[in-house]
Order: sequence, then structure tokens, then C-alpha cells
Amino acid sequence: MAAKKEVDAISGVETTGHEWDGLKELNHPLPRWWLWTFYICIIFSVIYWVLMPSWPLLSDYTRGMRGHSQRALVGEEVAALQAARAEKGTALVDAELDAINSNPDLLQFAMANGRAAFGDNCAGCHGTGATGFVGFPNLNDDEWIWGGTLDQIRQTILYGVRSGNDDAHTGDMLAFGRDGVLDAAQVRDVASFVLSMSGGKGAEGADLANGQVVFEENCVACHGDAGAGNQELGAPNLTDNIWLYGGSIETVMETIQNGRGGVMPAWVDRLDEATIKSLAVYVHSLGGGQ
Amino acid sequence: MNRHAIFEKNSIVLTVGILVAVAIGGLVELVPNFYLKSTIEKVDGMRPYTPLELAGRDIYVREGCYLCHSQMVRTLRDEVERYGPYSLAAESMYDHPFQWGSKRTGPDLARVGGKYSDDWHVQHMNDPRSVSPASIMPGYPFLAKAVLDAESMTGHLKANAIVGVPYTDEMVAAAAADVMAQANPDAAEDLDGFEARYPNAVARDFDGNPEAVTELDALIAYLQMLGTLVDFKLYDGKADINLR
Amino acid sequence: MASTAKKSLTLEEVGIAGLTGLVALYCLMAIANTTDAVMTFHAGVGLVFALAGIYAIFRGYANRSENPPQTVDGLPNYKLGPVKFATFMSMFWGLAGFLVGLIIALQLAFPALNFDLPWTNFGRLRPLHTSAVIFAFGGNVLLATSFYVVQRTCQARIAGNAAPWFVVAGYNAFIVIAGTGYLLGVTQGKEYAEPEWYADLWLTIVWVVYLLVFLATLWKRKEPHIYVANWFYLAFILTIAMLHLVNNATIPVSIFGTKSYIAWAGVQDAMTQWWYGHNAVGFFLTAGFLAIMYYFVPKRAERPVYSYRLSIVHFWSLIFLYIWAGPHHLHYTALPQWSQTLGMTFSIMLWMPSWGGMINGLMTLSGAWDKLRTDPVLRMMVVSVAFYGMSTFEGPLMSVRAVNSLSHYTDWTIGHVHSGALGWVAFVSFGAVYCLVPWLWNRKQLYSMKLVNWHFWVSTIGIVLYISAMWVSGIMQGLMWRAYNSLGFLEYSFIETVEAMHPFYVIRALGGGLFVLGAVIMIYNLWMTVQRGEAETASAKPAMAPAE
Ligand code: HEC
Ligand code: HEC
Ligand code: HEC
Ligand code: HEM
Ligand code: HEM
Ligand SMILES: [Ca+2]
Ligand SMILES: [Ca+2]
Ligand SMILES: [Cu+2]
Repeated sequence: MAAKKEVDAISGVETTGHEWDGLKELNHPLPRWWLWTFYICIIFSVIYWVLMPSWPLLSDYTRGMRGHSQRALVGEEVAALQAARAEKGTALVDAELDAINSNPDLLQFAMANGRAAFGDNCAGCHGTGATGFVGFPNLNDDEWIWGGTLDQIRQTILYGVRSGNDDAHTGDMLAFGRDGVLDAAQVRDVASFVLSMSGGKGAEGADLANGQVVFEENCVACHGDAGAGNQELGAPNLTDNIWLYGGSIETVMETIQNGRGGVMPAWVDRLDEATIKSLAVYVHSLGGGQ
Repeated sequence: MNRHAIFEKNSIVLTVGILVAVAIGGLVELVPNFYLKSTIEKVDGMRPYTPLELAGRDIYVREGCYLCHSQMVRTLRDEVERYGPYSLAAESMYDHPFQWGSKRTGPDLARVGGKYSDDWHVQHMNDPRSVSPASIMPGYPFLAKAVLDAESMTGHLKANAIVGVPYTDEMVAAAAADVMAQANPDAAEDLDGFEARYPNAVARDFDGNPEAVTELDALIAYLQMLGTLVDFKLYDGKADINLR
Repeated sequence: MASTAKKSLTLEEVGIAGLTGLVALYCLMAIANTTDAVMTFHAGVGLVFALAGIYAIFRGYANRSENPPQTVDGLPNYKLGPVKFATFMSMFWGLAGFLVGLIIALQLAFPALNFDLPWTNFGRLRPLHTSAVIFAFGGNVLLATSFYVVQRTCQARIAGNAAPWFVVAGYNAFIVIAGTGYLLGVTQGKEYAEPEWYADLWLTIVWVVYLLVFLATLWKRKEPHIYVANWFYLAFILTIAMLHLVNNATIPVSIFGTKSYIAWAGVQDAMTQWWYGHNAVGFFLTAGFLAIMYYFVPKRAERPVYSYRLSIVHFWSLIFLYIWAGPHHLHYTALPQWSQTLGMTFSIMLWMPSWGGMINGLMTLSGAWDKLRTDPVLRMMVVSVAFYGMSTFEGPLMSVRAVNSLSHYTDWTIGHVHSGALGWVAFVSFGAVYCLVPWLWNRKQLYSMKLVNWHFWVSTIGIVLYISAMWVSGIMQGLMWRAYNSLGFLEYSFIETVEAMHPFYVIRALGGGLFVLGAVIMIYNLWMTVQRGEAETASAKPAMAPAE
């Protein structure tokens, strides 16, 4: 079938002479700008290949004239950034709290570093405002489980609590009920007594006097004679109406029945020294730092 | 006159022409990644997933976590600072399928192992907004209730061995027992065997429910090992072969 | 000719019945042997489908008095049943897919909508959305139009009796298996290739038959030259087959279980996946829909295609270059950098070949621009070509490593996807379906042009809201992630960037809602066209196959 070419009346361009279901084709030339842009893209690519790692060979690939490596580059960039921060960072690591507080430059640096690291590493547990969640302590108040001095805070961050790190804080709240040390009535009584220490309301029909006896026999070893806690052991103050796990009678009974042992990870292997010190400064500044 | 007519007039020629055109790029880009030695870095510490971690990984795939989370720290300054050392090809060499992801609705998880406590993960998976009020992640409370099918892991290890993961016959045979040993080490019969088969694997009750080995145990075991196998203090990132 | 033909079961019908019988047998064995609840369910569904298929073949044979003739009154006896079916399914899945898109958009704005159930959470619904819109909606549009276009441009009845039905029905069975699988947690975890091994295998069979039907119809053509639309359809069918086979190579844990492990690992799997993923875009969402453009735009505009030469150059350069671009999904990752270089440069070279399609589409209207004012269907297709041009400019731009370092992992990608998906793929599909329905159901015209106009505007506003919200949120997200304060520390925590996205997620959902509304308007209009439309007069009507 010979193609019957015809000229399209509107464009004045020849068709190819074929027809499919009424469809025809014009034979416009390739648009100039189109072709040239295409060529430029190709030329750009060829130049890029010459400069950068690009074509695979049998045992290697072409390395490119610029000797570029994204890995080497990011290494340099991070190193440059670290170098820029190093001076203040080292000063910070060595400085005492007073020195930091009296040096606005250093303080600003520590706060910026601390704030940045806190958001991505700590906020998940302690909240973006460091107000904590059930089981994860509020870092704004002046109750400290493990101590609120700059060094104590730094220690906690470095090695964590029950984190499995060799230097971590350890010490559990025992499962008095589950382990059979106390029976159900004793748990109820001592829980009510504990609540009464901060003016809270205990269980219906609880015997507070018995609770006090139980407390003195079992709890003072960790929480102290007056229940004011012991930071050596991480035993919280029970008299201040600040609760890690909640201050309802059910929760306190649950604590005494099954024990507690919250875990805070160690950061010594994840964050650098200056960042950890900065975090300590940042947390310390939130309020209640000792 | 019109040399293109050969394609237009013969559908087989057109078919062959298309196949040739579309085969070339694929061959050049795919094949060298299998034979070039520089594709995968030289590292120490990589081991196959324990059966429990593998089960957790399958749950990760099943729930589509990869649609919100990447597992690929790119070689960019902010990512290295935010998440940790950039990801190596070696770190996913036992991953079938890879889970690098293409969208970061949530943060990268390549280095999440050890970042949080098991307890936190339990709370977070049950109800993300209880620990991260602004989170838009779905809750997965059903995982804690679903008992894991440990027996089935034997077949899963076998299939992985066929596609090239170095699971030995011993590992395959012990798969179900190893699931139980890792999630409930107190009741394990052969904890030493498990630890020898999977160096540096952590055994404990991950979901805070010692009564049962659940899907949540598996998922948390997987999350807690992500990014923990390669020791970047020992890794020589500046070696030519590792720069690639 | 018609009078001498007798009735017989064709070889192809016997073959397909036999094949379907084998599938039924496997399903029975699976039900008996499996311990996997989802496999039991899927095998049950497969069994019902297979038996229905066999029944349909034999009933078709019993009900006919003679084998269908190739021509009626000298005109080709086009077989339109499968085309109608696929057209119907495309709108059905389209609406479903858009709705699920709207749901997941709302979930990202209001996470309580996940309901914390396994089958309603974002991670399971998102693949349902992507597969429903790409493979179910887009796939059915491609099946419907390719079967229609190849018959019309070859002036020949499609090859086979049962085979074309097998392709459309089998394809939709695949969709049902894939989609229900996602909801029940069955997935391979590879984007756009999520269906598990048994669904993949089934699709392979369907696809091979599709290729054979298509080729065999080409062989029956009257015009010696193959029309450009068919080049694109053929490239789409062939390449998707290649990609599908390689990317889904897998080892099932048990031949009666759902779970499998993909043959490739880590970095090689990543490369294979995005070789596949990018070319699913290139050949499913681009080559296939360019084929649609090459038939429906000139047809509707009643103008010749602008440039034959451009067709040739851009066809070959497009398919050759597309394949290389996959690594632009893996910039700065652990994929060796040489691959990334190739991915970037080939994406840039792909810009003009892509625009060749746009030029041929738009310039075909020269001399007919005035029709845009009066014909909202044509306007829809022209706007789709413009969106195609836009997303194929944006794509190469995002392939540049420096740009990608910002855009990757952010909503910018999502915005790019949807300017291509809503603007190009969906709009050109809508245009084609608006053309097809009156042709297929013998209607003079659509029920209401006014409603088409409403659809056009409602959806266009929806798209604009969607993609502009994603551009803003994507670029903002990327900038926030990399922002440093003056002291050299990261400025924002990740969760702050999540919070910042919220307003844009609400706007996106609003845009998605408008898009869904548009689709509802369209479906109503099509429904009324079929129900109430005025029948086309006999002289102009295309010949119809009996009993379809
Ligand atoms: C996995 C959750 C988790 C993460 C992440 C976490 N913490 Fe903690 N943190 C805890 C828990 C739980 C405790 C309380 C431990 C206890 O019960 O004694 C704690 C305790 C603390 C304490 C001691 C509070 C006191 O009253 O003595 C400080 C200080 C602290 N965290 C700071 C940080 C900092 C800074 C970061 C980030 C680098 C961080 N935490 C990350 C869970 C976490
Ligand atoms: C071996 C030391 C030890 C003994 C003995 C002990 N506790 Fe504790 N207790 C702890 C520690 C450590 C914690 C903090 C656990 C944590 O941070 O996860 C704690 C926490 C608590 C809490 C939770 C405080 C809060 O803020 O939610 C209560 C209530 C409590 N103990 C009551 C008691 C009572 C009552 C007894 C005696 C029956 C007792 N404890 C005996 C160490 C002890
Ligand atoms: C709709 C998106 C979405 C899905 C699906 C999703 N996540 Fe998340 N994920 C988030 C967001 C947003 C955050 C950040 C806020 C937070 O901590 O909850 C997050 C945080 C996390 C984190 C804490 C990471 C860190 O370093 O702070 C972990 C671990 C996690 N997700 C695991 C998972 C797992 C496992 C799944 C699947 C079972 C999953 N996610 C599914 C969005 C999602
Ligand atoms: C009502 C219309 C639509 C809405 C509301 C919608 C919404 C969404 C949402 C919310 C996502 C997830 C984004 C994320 O993870 O952040 C998504 C992803 C996606 N959608 Fe849509 N969508 C719609 C229509 C379409 C159509 C018509 C197509 C294709 C033809 C499409 C293709 C895709 C693809 C491919 C993705 C995955 C993108 C990626 O992984 O990068 N969508 N859509
Ligand atoms: C020249 C043409 C195109 C090029 C070079 C291109 C390039 C790109 C790039 C660079 C990305 C981002 C990858 C990432 O950072 O993760 C992307 C994503 C995407 N593009 Fe395109 N694009 C083109 C055309 C199109 C068209 C026409 C569509 C039609 C729908 C489309 C659909 C998609 C989809 C679905 C994704 C998301 C993939 C994912 O991450 O899940 N692209 N494209
Ligand atoms: Ca458990
Ligand atoms: Ca698949
Ligand atoms: Cu791509």
C-alpha cells in the first residue's frame, strides 16, 4: 500500500500518508530548541561522567577526575563543624558549674547544644518540655531521684539508670507483694501510709498504724526514716507528693506489689563529651538544679 | 527511504528493538553491583538476625513501617549528626528485602537500637501519643496481644538460607528454641548455645510480659538491635575501598 | 464467511480453561494443606474465581450459535465486552483508591483515624492506596484503552475469544488478591511490588496472555504500519513484564504459605527495587498513558498528530533512557556512588524525550485550540499533558543530587508524585474514559457536559491544593531537617518538623476531598450516560459483537 501523502490545510505541513481509524500524522521537523536542549543535556552528562565516579568496569569503576566521594566529603564536613565547635566544647567539658554560669558565651553554647540534643534524644521519654510522662521523670521540678547537681546529672546521662552499662545507677524497688514479703492487707496498709505522708488519701479501711510498722520494717532502708528518699539508691522521696508512677492508691499498691525499675539508657557511646555536659547544663537549668 | 519503517511494519522487529533498548540500562546498573568488590564494605560484626529478630523484622514489613521510617542515614552532615554514622551497604547485606525506605514521616530508625528502653517501646507501640504527644504514628496495641508463632521460624530461616543468608543447619534446627531462649532467657534450656550462634545478641523479656512471647517481643528485639552490629569505633571509614 | 463458520471450542478457550483448572486444583491443595489463615482465604477466593472462569468459558460456548465472525457487513466486528468491563472496573477501583488516599491523608493529619486496628492502620492502607490507584485504576484504564485502541487502529477484531476476557478478569482477580492481602498484612515490603509471590505468579500468567493477545491483534492489522500509540502500549507491556519478573524473584517459605523472602539482599535489592520502581513510573504511568494520549487527543481534537519524526525520536530515546534513571531514588545512600551518577545524568537526559511527548500532545491541538473552550473533555486531556510536562521537568530537577539531598524523604516527593499521578495519569484517564463510555455504550454524547466542566474545575482546584501544600511542606521539612543555628547545632528536633507539617496535611486532605468529589461527579455522569443517554444512530455506530 503506497502512502498517500497530503498537505494539511491548517499547518501547511505534509502528512505521512498513513491513516489509522481516521488518525493521521503530520511530519513537522523536530523543534530546534528541543533538539538543542537535548544535546546540551547530553553534553552536560558526558562532562559529569568525566568528573565524577560513573561507569562500572570489570573490577572497578571510573573514579572521575575530581576524585569525589560523598563519604569522604561528609566526613570532612562533620569534622569541620566539630572543629569549629571544639574550642568551646573543650572549655565546657573542663568547666565547673559556676564558671559556666558566669561565662555567658559558654552558657549560651551549652544551652544551644543541650537543647538540640535534648529534642532528638531525650524528648521521647522526658517530653519536649522535659515535663516527663508516667514512668519517665519530670526534669523541671526540684525532686531528684539520683541527685540534681551538675555532676550527678552528668553521671546519670553518661551511664543511665539500669541501662546495662557497667557504671549505670542500679537499685530496684522490690516486688514486696509478688515475692510474698508482704500480704495483700500489708500492701494496702503501707501504701495508704505512704500516701498519708504527703497528705494523700489511702484505701478504705486501711490500718495506717500497721502501715507505719510495715514501712519501718521494710522501706526505711532505702527511702529513709522519714521516707524522704535516698539518692544513693535512687529511692525517691515519698513525702513530696511528686510521683514518678502516679499517686493514686491503686498505682502505689501496684508499685509495692510488683516493684519498679525504670530504665534510662546510657549515652556515653552515642553522644560526645561536650554534648553530654551541655545536656547536663541544659537539664540543670530547667529548674530545680542543685 | 524511511528506515524506521522496519519497526513500524513488523511487530516482532519492534518487540526485539524495544527489548534491546530497555535491557541495556538495567544490565549495566544491576550486574556490576553483584561482582564489584567495592559494593559492600569490609566490616566486622555483621551476623544474621536471630530468629526472634527476624520474626520482628517480618512484622516490621507486614505493618508497613517502612512507609514512614527510613533505615538509611545518608551521607549528609545533618543526618550524621542527628542519627549517627551514615549507613553502610554491609549493614543490610542480610536484608531480604531491604528496608531503606523512601519517605520519612517518622525519624530514621537505622540507629534506633539501644536509644530507648524496652519499656518505652512498649508504651510507644501501644500508644505513641502517650510518650510523644505530637506524634502522628498509628498505635499498634494488638502486637502485645498476639502470641508469636515460634515453630514457624524454622521454615523462615530455611528460606533465608536459600537466598544466601549464612544460617547453618544448626541454626535452622534450633530456630524455634532460640526464639524462646531469647525472649525468655530465664526458662531457656540452651542459652549458651543461642549466645554462641548469635554473638552479641541480647536475650531478655522485651515486652514486659514474661508470661508470653508476643509479636511485640519480636518487634522490640528487632528495633533494639538496629544499627548495633557494626562497631564504628573500629570501622575504617577512610579506607579507599570503603569510600567507594 | 460468517455463514459458513461453525461453532467449536477454540484451542485458546481449551487452553485457558485448562490453565484455570490447574489454578483451581492448586487452590484446593492449598486449602487442604496450609496452616496460614490468609492463604486459606486467598485460595478460597482463587477457587471461586477459577471455577467462575471455567463456567464462563463453557457457558459462552453453549450460548453461541456460531463462532464470532471477524467482520460484520464488511466492518470489523470489534469485541468490546472486555473493554467495557475494564472501563467499569477502572472507575470502581479509581473511586476506591482515591477514597483510601483521602483516608490516609486524613490519618496523617489526625492520627486517631488509624483506630489502632491492624487492618486500618496507615502502614497497611498506604500500599492499598498506591496499588489501587496505579494498578487497579490505572491498570484497568490501560487494559480498556489498549484493547480498544489496538482494535480500532488495526481495523481488526481482537485476537481470541476467551483470552481478552481472561486478561481483564484475571487482572482484576489479581487486584482483589493483592488488595485484601495488604489489609491482612501480606506484603513483600517492596514499594509498588507489594503483592506476595503467588499473586505475582498469577500476574505473570495474565501478563503473558495480555502480550500475546496484543501482538496477535497487531498481526491482524490492515494498515501495514503500526500506529505510534501501539508502540507505546507494546513497550509498556514488554518492559513491565521484564521489571516484574526480576524485581519479584523470590523464595516462598512454603508453597502453601503466603510469606516469601526476596532473592536479592540489601544494596542489590535496593538497586533492583528502584530500577523497577522508577520504571513502573516510566512504563506503567508514562509509556502506557502516552499511548492513551496518542489516540484520544488527536481523535477528540480531530487533528493529525503534530510530528511523526518527533514520535520516533522521543519514543526510542524515552524508553532507552528511562531504564537508567532508577538510582535517583537512592542518592547519598549506601548505593555506590557511580550508580547514583548514572541515575542522575540519565534523568537529566530524559527531560527532553519526555517533553517530546508533551509537545506532540499539545501541538496536535494547533488549529483546534478553540475547542478547549467548548469541550471540557479535551481540556482535561490537554491540562493532563501540561501536568505531564511539569512533572517531567520537576523529576529531572529532583534527580540532581544537590536538589535531592533536600527533597528526598520529604513531602516534596509526594507532591511530585501527585502532580504526575493526579494531574497527568488521572486526568488523561478521565479524558479517555469520557470519550470511551459513549462510544462503548452507543450513546450520542455524554449525559452532561456541564458536569464534566464541574468535574474539571473541582478536581483541578483539588490538585492545586494538594501539590502546593506538599511543595511548601516538603521544602520546609527538608530545610528544617538541615537547619543549623548560629552556634553550629541542629536547629530543630524531628518532632518539631512533624508538628510543622500539620496545617499542610489538612490542606492536602481538603484537596484530596475535592478530587474525590470530582470523581463522584464523573461516575454519576457516566452512569446517567449509560442509563439515560440517547442512543447513537445506526449508521455512525461502531459494529458490536453479538451477545456482549
Ligand atoms: C528510654 C527512655 C529515656 C530516654 C531516651 C532518656 N531518659 Fe532520662 N530517664 C529515664 C527514666 C525512666 C529515668 C528515671 C530512672 C529511674 O527510675 O530512676 C530517667 C532519669 C533521668 C534523669 C535523672 C532524674 C532524677 O530525678 O534524678 C536525668 C537527669 C535524665 N533522665 C536526663 C536525660 C537526658 C538528658 C536524656 C537524653 C540524652 C535522657 N534522660 C533520655 C528514661 C529516659
Ligand atoms: C531496695 C531498695 C528499696 C526498698 C527496700 C523499697 N524501695 Fe521503694 N523504691 C526504690 C527505688 C529504687 C524506687 C524507684 C524505682 C524507679 O525509679 O523506677 C522506688 C520507688 C517507690 C515508689 C514509687 C515512687 C513514685 O514516685 O512513683 C513507691 C511508692 C515506693 N517505692 C514505696 C516503697 C515502699 C512502701 C517500700 C516498703 C514496702 C519500699 N518502697 C521499699 C527502692 C526501694
Ligand atoms: C504514619 C506514620 C508512621 C508509621 C506507619 C509508623 N511510624 Fe513510627 N514514628 C512516626 C512518627 C511521626 C514518629 C516520631 C514521633 C514519635 O516518636 O512517635 C515515629 C517514631 C518512631 C520511633 C522512635 C524513633 C526515634 O528515634 O525517636 C520508633 C522506634 C518507631 N516509630 C517505630 C515504628 C514501627 C516499628 C512501626 C511499624 C510497626 C512504625 N513506627 C510505624 C510515624 C510512623
Ligand atoms: C484523592 C486523591 C488522592 C489522595 C488524597 C492521595 C493521598 C495520598 C497520600 C496521603 C499518600 C501518602 C503520602 C505519605 O506517605 O506522606 C499518597 C501516596 C501515593 N499516592 Fe496518592 N492520593 C490520591 C490520588 C492518587 C492517584 C490518582 C495516584 C496515582 C495514579 C496516587 C499515587 C500515589 C503514590 C504513587 C503514592 C506513593 C508516593 C511515594 O511513595 O513517594 N495517588 N497518596
Ligand atoms: C523525566 C521524568 C521523571 C523524572 C526524572 C523523575 C524523577 C523523580 C525523582 C528524582 C523522584 C524522587 C526520588 C526520591 O528522592 O526518593 C521521583 C519520585 C517519584 N516520581 Fe518521578 N520523575 C519523573 C516523572 C514522573 C512522572 C511522569 C510520574 C507520574 C506519575 C512520576 C512518579 C513518581 C513517583 C510515584 C515517585 C515516588 C517514588 C517513591 O519514592 O515511592 N515521576 N521521580
Ligand atoms: Ca514477653
Ligand atoms: Ca511482588
Ligand atoms: Cu524515579
